[in-house]
Amino acid sequence: MSPSKLFFMRMRGMLRKEMLQIRRDPSSIALAVVLPMALLFLFGYGVSLDAENVPVAVVMDDNGPPARDLMARFLGSRYFHFRQAACVSEAQQWLAEGQVDGIVHLQDNLTARLAQGRPAQVQAIINGVDANRARLIQGYFQGLLQTWQSQRMMQGDAVARPMVGLAPRIWFNEAAVSRNFLVPGLITLIMTLIGILLTALVIAREWERGTMEALLATPLRRFDLLLAKVLPYFILGMAGMGLSLVVAVTLFGVPLRGSIVALFGLSAVFMLASQGFGLLISAAIRVQFVAAQISIMAGFLPAFFLSGLLFDLESTPLPIQMASHIVPARYFVAISHTLFMAGDLWPVLLPNTIILAGMATFFMVMAYRKISKRLE
Amino acid sequence: MSHTAANIVLKVDRLHKTFAGQGKPSVQALKGVSLAAAAGCVTGLIGADGAGKSTLIRIAAGLLRPTQGAVRVLGLDSTAAPLEIQRWVGYMPQRFGLYEDLNVRENMDLHADLQGVPDSERAVRYQRLLAMTGLGPFTRRMAGNLSGGMKQKLGLACALIKSPRMLLLDEPTVGVDPVSRRELWKIVYQLVDETGIAVLLSTAYLDEAERCHQVAVLHEGEKIAEGPPARFSKQMRGRVFIAEPPAVAKPRQVQARLAGSDGILDATIRSGRVRLVTDGRTTIADRLFKPWAIALQAADPCFEDAFMALIPQTQPHPVVPELPTPPAVSVDSGVVVQVASLSKRFGAFEAVKGLSFEVRRGEIFGLLGPNGAGKSTTFRMLCGLLSASGGDIAVAGRNLRRASSRARARLGYMAQKFSLYTQLSVAENLLFFGRAYGLSGRRLSRRMAWAYTEFDLGRRQEQPAGALPGGYKQRLAMAAALLHEPDILFLDEPTSGVDPLARREFWLRINGFAEQGVTVVVTTHFMEEAEYCDRLLIMSQGEQLALGTPADIRQLARKKGEQEPTIEDAFITLAQDSVDTAA
Repeated sequence: MSPSKLFFMRMRGMLRKEMLQIRRDPSSIALAVVLPMALLFLFGYGVSLDAENVPVAVVMDDNGPPARDLMARFLGSRYFHFRQAACVSEAQQWLAEGQVDGIVHLQDNLTARLAQGRPAQVQAIINGVDANRARLIQGYFQGLLQTWQSQRMMQGDAVARPMVGLAPRIWFNEAAVSRNFLVPGLITLIMTLIGILLTALVIAREWERGTMEALLATPLRRFDLLLAKVLPYFILGMAGMGLSLVVAVTLFGVPLRGSIVALFGLSAVFMLASQGFGLLISAAIRVQFVAAQISIMAGFLPAFFLSGLLFDLESTPLPIQMASHIVPARYFVAISHTLFMAGDLWPVLLPNTIILAGMATFFMVMAYRKISKRLE
Repeated sequence: MSHTAANIVLKVDRLHKTFAGQGKPSVQALKGVSLAAAAGCVTGLIGADGAGKSTLIRIAAGLLRPTQGAVRVLGLDSTAAPLEIQRWVGYMPQRFGLYEDLNVRENMDLHADLQGVPDSERAVRYQRLLAMTGLGPFTRRMAGNLSGGMKQKLGLACALIKSPRMLLLDEPTVGVDPVSRRELWKIVYQLVDETGIAVLLSTAYLDEAERCHQVAVLHEGEKIAEGPPARFSKQMRGRVFIAEPPAVAKPRQVQARLAGSDGILDATIRSGRVRLVTDGRTTIADRLFKPWAIALQAADPCFEDAFMALIPQTQPHPVVPELPTPPAVSVDSGVVVQVASLSKRFGAFEAVKGLSFEVRRGEIFGLLGPNGAGKSTTFRMLCGLLSASGGDIAVAGRNLRRASSRARARLGYMAQKFSLYTQLSVAENLLFFGRAYGLSGRRLSRRMAWAYTEFDLGRRQEQPAGALPGGYKQRLAMAAALLHEPDILFLDEPTSGVDPLARREFWLRINGFAEQGVTVVVTTHFMEEAEYCDRLLIMSQGEQLALGTPADIRQLARKKGEQEPTIEDAFITLAQDSVDTAA
């Protein structure tokens, strides 16, 4: 038989074996399907960086029409959930007990001052324990007041006219929904997990169960072994990506502004980089437990914290920013954010893709050199 | 077939292999071994654990690189052309290398694809291999659900998928039941006769050496002898004797006294009689046999006798307490372990099916059976480590289901693979286990001193347990289990992975403890070890095959006009009977 025919026969055997094992082993299915879904739902529903339905106490010491008008605006907002307090001290009590996160105090001179055309003040007290959330609430308050003011201007009420007005507009994520930012990033995490952990685990499993020794004693070549371990889990990883994409777009309403072809193409490059890293781990580690530990420490955690998936890397200290450059997930987070929220912006996509492709090649070549057909 | 230059398939030339240890001293696994294997011939590598057998086979399969020297297979160097060799050689690793989550057929398909067996030839090839191994009816069964013997045969079928020119088998029969062992040998012979294949196999079972055409004896990385097995036995002519124990003494009492005496190289119990190997120079002193009048009969030597004479005996024999004269025939002194219709289910799988037996005080009771027979499960239930699904167990008069902790204080337990803290030193291990059993102060130090002398561990006090040789690990584990002077000693596979010398020593020691009144319950997959037990239970696939003294059990296999059967013969007869009744 010709060498190429023998090669295809070896590959057929190995791929069939891997497919059967994947089908019969609930743990690899769990890792490729159940875990991504769990993460997606957890992040999609459970984790939100937005503040909604914030409990706020209102103290109305003024009952004039402008005060009531302003109050109606607050009540209609989806960001707040109001409770009326009798006096400021009661509201402060609630804040201290954690029943509310903020106090809006309309002072008794509001109507009078507005009628005189003088600037009036609304006091806002915000629970600042969670600084991020406090800033968000503050922003909502300001936005609300601003809208109310412009409304009054249009009605022709005499209002102190500010000299310079800010006209903000948020791009790419117009409604500023943090889910649109989290879910595309999460796809990176899922692919990292499948690529590194699953690849490293299945090889360590072969060592633990003693099947690797039998494989190595056959005419299987190093290249065959590498390909047979990359291909099935590549497909599994891409399927996990596809599934996450469907859930992201349909269930969470995350926009996909770039093309699907670009998303799959660039994901493939990232998948190969992850798998190359997984193979490299497995070339050194022959125990599943240790392989899992190293995959989490060296693969999953950096992808979580150093990729810009949860927070912007620009605002982190310089050493962390520098360290993040060796994490493949960082480049794919940039790609996926761009593809989902902005579109096929090649000036952004291309450099990231080139770096990822370089990493994939490096890991694969290293893994190929490290794979040995011997036991030592 | 003889070894002529023309049909030499494998040539090992002054092979050295050193494993560099990481932080540990490096291990010299092979020290200049040379040997050859010819086509149409079964060549056996015989030696204890750690002799270097697996290393040699792995180098031949191209899986390890020699440190020095070379192995040539079919004229190809195993370092330079491993892929080419792997096309022509079938290799079965020690653990068979099967995918347990693939079925029989899928495992065969994988190996056929890897070896490049053309699709058109497969039907015929598979049919032949399945018929040969008897796996035909099980092609859809998962390899993980096969018995040990069937796994071994599937491993063999996979190694043979492409009619290799050489077959490498690394301890193919270890832990497998005697019936399957015999069947494997039948298959190997059939192959050699029909195809003229060369077979190189390693084994720690000395009786299997006799089945090889040619053997090489390895000891600590060196080849100490080579030749056809018959030549080995021939050298021993006139040096092997059988002693019939008197009616008043147990065979193991006689054996314990004779072992280690001047001029006696080996004393074992075979079919209720003591077999002696002498050094051929010293005449056996009559005083050894006093007060009994024992006559020695000359016996036909076998390979094992020669092996025992060849191996340098460095370890001192344990001191066996002087026997009372005449030895007290076991006074019936009450039942210590009582088991009634014990069963254990793991999900749908019935691991133990309705066992009933009792163990009396001062008795050595054996649980025998191949791997997977349910021995360890039974054992763990006896020790209160596993709860029974049905039936009753009373240990030292206490029902284990209710008062397990109080019953446990009176028993010593030695787990499979010894369960020592490998990073702790010998002394630290003893200290820990002593305290765990509630010893302290003067009693603890007295018992530790006892352990050092009794087990010859004194010089190794500071060594980490992980660095001890196999035999010493076993001693330390036994010492740990005996520190609190238990009435009952449970030993799970104490002789597995231990070389023949250490195994003999172990049984002498156990014999000594039994003489002092300790009840011993022991599991083993070595059928010949049954002879050292007072009574035993033979298990297979969770069921009780036989219960009684070794003599009772041998009796079950006795056929007219044939020589005295062994326990292994009895097992085979029993296993076949149980298959017949099931069918």
